[in-house]
Amino acid sequence: MSTTLEADIRAEKSASGDRVFAGLVACAGFFVLIALTGAAVSMLWGGWEAFSTFGWEFLTSSNWDPGARQFGALVAIFGTLATATIAMLIAVPISFGIALFLTEVAPPWLRTPVAAAIELLAGIPSIIFGMWGLFVLAPYLSEHVYPWVNDNLGELPWIGTVFQGPPIGIGILTAGLVLAVMVIPFTSSVMREVFLTVPTRLKESAYALGSTKWEVVWDIVLPYTRTAVIGGVFLGLGRALGETMAVTFVIGNAYNISTSLLEPGTSIASAIANEFAEAIDPLHKSSLLALGFVLFLITFVVLAISRLMLRQLKRREGSV
Amino acid sequence: MSGESSLQRWRAFKNQIAMVLSGAAALFGLFWLAWILWTTLSRGIGAINWALFSQLTPPPNEVGGLLNAFAGSAIMCLMAIAFGAPIGIAAGTYLAEYANFRKIGSAIRFVNDILLSAPSIVLGLFVYTLVVATTGQFSAIAGSIALAFIVLPVVVRTTDDMLRLVPSQMREAALSLGVPQWKVTVQILYRGALGGIVTGVLLALARISGETAPLLFTAFSSQYWSLDITQPMANVPVVVFQYAASPYESWQALAWAGAFVLSMFVLLLGIAARLILLRNRITNE
Repeated sequence: MSTTLEADIRAEKSASGDRVFAGLVACAGFFVLIALTGAAVSMLWGGWEAFSTFGWEFLTSSNWDPGARQFGALVAIFGTLATATIAMLIAVPISFGIALFLTEVAPPWLRTPVAAAIELLAGIPSIIFGMWGLFVLAPYLSEHVYPWVNDNLGELPWIGTVFQGPPIGIGILTAGLVLAVMVIPFTSSVMREVFLTVPTRLKESAYALGSTKWEVVWDIVLPYTRTAVIGGVFLGLGRALGETMAVTFVIGNAYNISTSLLEPGTSIASAIANEFAEAIDPLHKSSLLALGFVLFLITFVVLAISRLMLRQLKRREGSV
Repeated sequence: MSGESSLQRWRAFKNQIAMVLSGAAALFGLFWLAWILWTTLSRGIGAINWALFSQLTPPPNEVGGLLNAFAGSAIMCLMAIAFGAPIGIAAGTYLAEYANFRKIGSAIRFVNDILLSAPSIVLGLFVYTLVVATTGQFSAIAGSIALAFIVLPVVVRTTDDMLRLVPSQMREAALSLGVPQWKVTVQILYRGALGGIVTGVLLALARISGETAPLLFTAFSSQYWSLDITQPMANVPVVVFQYAASPYESWQALAWAGAFVLSMFVLLLGIAARLILLRNRITNE
């Protein structure tokens, strides 16, 4: 009798223990959902004053003047998009080359150490990229590269104006370059992982038919991994769009929109980093929070696309 | 006949070009990263001395160190891990053990992946409105909450992945002995996934130790020695940012020293995390 009772009590205890534990971990799981929603809502709420004061003009006006209490986000949005685009134009082909090198070209003993080194470098704090950009890259560019760019590319028809400007070393182009160097380890690691998911028998069949390495990569590996490669590129783009410290050092922080990439500009993240702690005017603060909300929306869309594309690969991997 | 051989030659040539270009891309990419590492090493090592670890942040052009910044960073990172890691491990457990094949599980995984790569400055703004705006001042506690939101998704992701790697036979064996599920999770699955979970926490620590953007308007910074977590607190990344952007050479040298220590710390943590993972994999096999 007493043993059944004991067993009953124990069963009840473990059942209630199960319920408590399940409840706790479920709360933690939902906390993740709340965190992201909370971030979005808090910035929308904080930026509401700016949105309601300026309306759509907040997004289309290029006039950012805290003294006159005029705030338009266009310059910062332009800077964010321009620097991220330059970064991706450079980083994507290079990352593709690195991933190709690490999966097909390099001798096997070299692959793992180089891949591990690149992954480690992806963890270097972004502020160090920014300092390197300001103290090392920018002086070098302004002395040796930008004068040449001015003289040679600046004369070209159509795209010439893009490369004309003061060779001061800091500006949109430099920020894009630093971002590219920062993003390369990320995108190349993702691409390498994606390339490694291609079934060996597919590649071996192609080799057996007499394909060259390049033909295997171009006609077998890339078509098989296309979606995930694009996902990886968008993941890098998401990082480039939201990066703060690497850009703040080298973009020049001037509210200036120009066809020249050598001119200083500003980005959403660097505007917030530079001004937020010193903004006293509530409308100024609210405008910066509204900028943060815009940045959140842009990166959310980019990262969501990236995750959906990377997820598709996982699903197919499971079905093969 | 000759047409075929010229096609062969063209294919071989194209292949050669592609191989050379990919090798060049790899060299090019590594070149920049090596340059950055070299800059940090060469400029940082010269500024390393005993005063760096024993004196407070100095006024411009005076001798000093970063002692208060190191202490502040250590305190805030540890608090961030203390806030973020338990919630992250619990959420990862929910995903792997309770919601693995359910819609809500995939929704949370999706949101977590976005949080993982969300701009850190946005999280700083979030914690600003959440904590600093309500308490009315910058504080170390606000800084560590902002960092905890960066720890959270990293730990969720690794815990989730590592728990799902534990063979389901272990769960079934324990459950069939009548062990309640929560005990199975805590006493058996956590033990199996321990190495992976520790790796996740180390990687999270590596990530937050260099984060600057979310601290700029949460913890802010301080020139003084302060251990009061309700006050602004000095920390390495923000001090490095302020000193690097200053016109004083003595401050810039300190900034490089701080940057050097940060990079070494992050690299060592990264290596340690990978070694733990590697050892775990070998013992599992």
